[in-house]
Amino acid sequence: MSTTITTPRTPVQDPLDLVARTRSHTSFQETVSQTLTMAWRATKKMRRNPEQFFDVIIQPLLFTAMFTYIFGGAISGSVANYMPLIIPGILAQTALTACMAMGTQLREDMDKGVFDRFKSLPIARIAPLAGPALADVIRYVIAATLTILVGLAMGYRPGGGFLGTLGGWALTIVAAWSLAWIFTWLGTIARSAQAVQGISMMIMFPLSFMSNAFVKEDTMPGWLQAFVKVNPVSHVVSAVRDLMNDGQVTGDVGWALLGCVLVVAIFAPLSVRSYKRHL
Amino acid sequence: MTTHAVQATGLVKAFDDFRAVDGVDLEVRRGEIFGVLGPNGAGKTTMLSMLATLLSIDEGHAEIFGVDVRREPHRIRQLLGVTGQYASVDENLTASENLWLFGRLQGLPRAEARATAERLLAQFSLEEAADKPISQFSGGMRRRLDLAASLISRPPLIFLDEPTTGLDPRTRGQMWDTIRGLVADGSTILLTTQYLDEADQLADRIAVIDRGRKVAEGTPDELKSSVGAASLQLQLAHDADQALAIEVVRRLLHEEPVLTPQASDGRGGRMNVALDEADRAADVLIALRQSGISITSVSVDKPTLDEVFLALTGHDTGQSDQSDSRTDEPALEVAR
Repeated sequence: MSTTITTPRTPVQDPLDLVARTRSHTSFQETVSQTLTMAWRATKKMRRNPEQFFDVIIQPLLFTAMFTYIFGGAISGSVANYMPLIIPGILAQTALTACMAMGTQLREDMDKGVFDRFKSLPIARIAPLAGPALADVIRYVIAATLTILVGLAMGYRPGGGFLGTLGGWALTIVAAWSLAWIFTWLGTIARSAQAVQGISMMIMFPLSFMSNAFVKEDTMPGWLQAFVKVNPVSHVVSAVRDLMNDGQVTGDVGWALLGCVLVVAIFAPLSVRSYKRHL
Repeated sequence: MTTHAVQATGLVKAFDDFRAVDGVDLEVRRGEIFGVLGPNGAGKTTMLSMLATLLSIDEGHAEIFGVDVRREPHRIRQLLGVTGQYASVDENLTASENLWLFGRLQGLPRAEARATAERLLAQFSLEEAADKPISQFSGGMRRRLDLAASLISRPPLIFLDEPTTGLDPRTRGQMWDTIRGLVADGSTILLTTQYLDEADQLADRIAVIDRGRKVAEGTPDELKSSVGAASLQLQLAHDADQALAIEVVRRLLHEEPVLTPQASDGRGGRMNVALDEADRAADVLIALRQSGISITSVSVDKPTLDEVFLALTGHDTGQSDQSDSRTDEPALEVAR
């Protein structure tokens, strides 16, 4: 028994008929379907490499407890007083570190043979990028949920109630998904996964620490305050605080969402462009 | 009506100063197997990648079934199945998940994607491995899955980049049968290979590529006749006999024996005689004996890619300076 074609075959269609039926672009509907298929692939990959969940599980547990107990007394006089300040801060920081992995993952993935096939298929060029980004939302949901649960367990009682907390939780996830496009873009331009990792760290640390996530900015020198105020992470942190602590949809929520839209509007097309150039 | 499957003129791809593909014309007719033969680094894969829209075309023009490759890449991708040198399937998925993924990406509804996956798994004898992770697959199984993945949309044109490199002879034979089956179904195939034997077995026409340029084109018979059907290698016992030996061969076969590169290292006396048919070897040996020339070793081989190259370009493939390079090409080492 040989391993060659044994079953009855159907002849291929006439090439010129097929040529007449080819289309020069993918439709919006096809793009959505291809993105969802790519997201399915990414979830399969996550399920088979559970270590992809380590950071979003360990970090909320560790950082929330660590930062709160270490800095609580020094910064806000007591751990209880620090909670409303730090929990939204940790949420933003966790979101940022969680979405940072996008770039490294994508770079590693793109070096594999299967991406050659993706490139040779008649599919929307954004699908291989948007699919994993969509699947990554699972990780952000885990990170945000755990951070809030740890906070609650440590005695944090959000003044904004259930709806406010839900709002802060949702905003964190939206922000993570949006910021992930920066790292996606890095993944498409850098030469190696290590390079992406290094550059991502250099972006992540200033963005998360030079913000109002851990300390109110009014104790910082003026030049630093200026940066903190334009840092999009600060707006996300402020917005999450307003939602969770006061249950209010303030201007900061608007700024945070606008920032998210801007980041996606800039970095998604950039990512697709440099992904195409990789061909 | 005479739309060719592939029609390319003056293709150029340059990486910095290096011209990987340097002005190649290519014409693949519908329904044929066209072989692109050349050593590693000749520019075969680069050329295929350009035609498959995986690399941009720096200069030149290419059409596939009359569609402009450079201007309408998305339409080209609907006409092509590409199977790369290294299996381009997803290591994280099982075989059937891979086929399902590629089917869905190409717009098959769920049920149809599943049915197509099952059909292809059966067709390529991979049913038993359907739910195994790819990491447990042998090289031959990967290639088969890779080829199966290229056939989901039933493309009329299939690119095979070194489809049997690294496969054992049995698996290679199976792959050949599979490729012949595809053509019987009406597909056109453009394949690259390092093996003269493979091009000979499969291709209707062959282009020989060297350093980014096409150095020859023709049917396998035409190509081989340029170097003979077989080659006789002789090691003379005495260097002094060389001139006489050349004269004897010239008189008998009306052609020059080629002094092999080893001749230049001072040992001398080694020569290579192209034969129309292997039987002529005996005539040469008898003629040498009658002239009183003694030889220390003799062998009759099929012409190797190296010899085709030597004949066509005047230089070797650049791979023979390591003497073990021949062991990479077992298909060319026959009758030793």
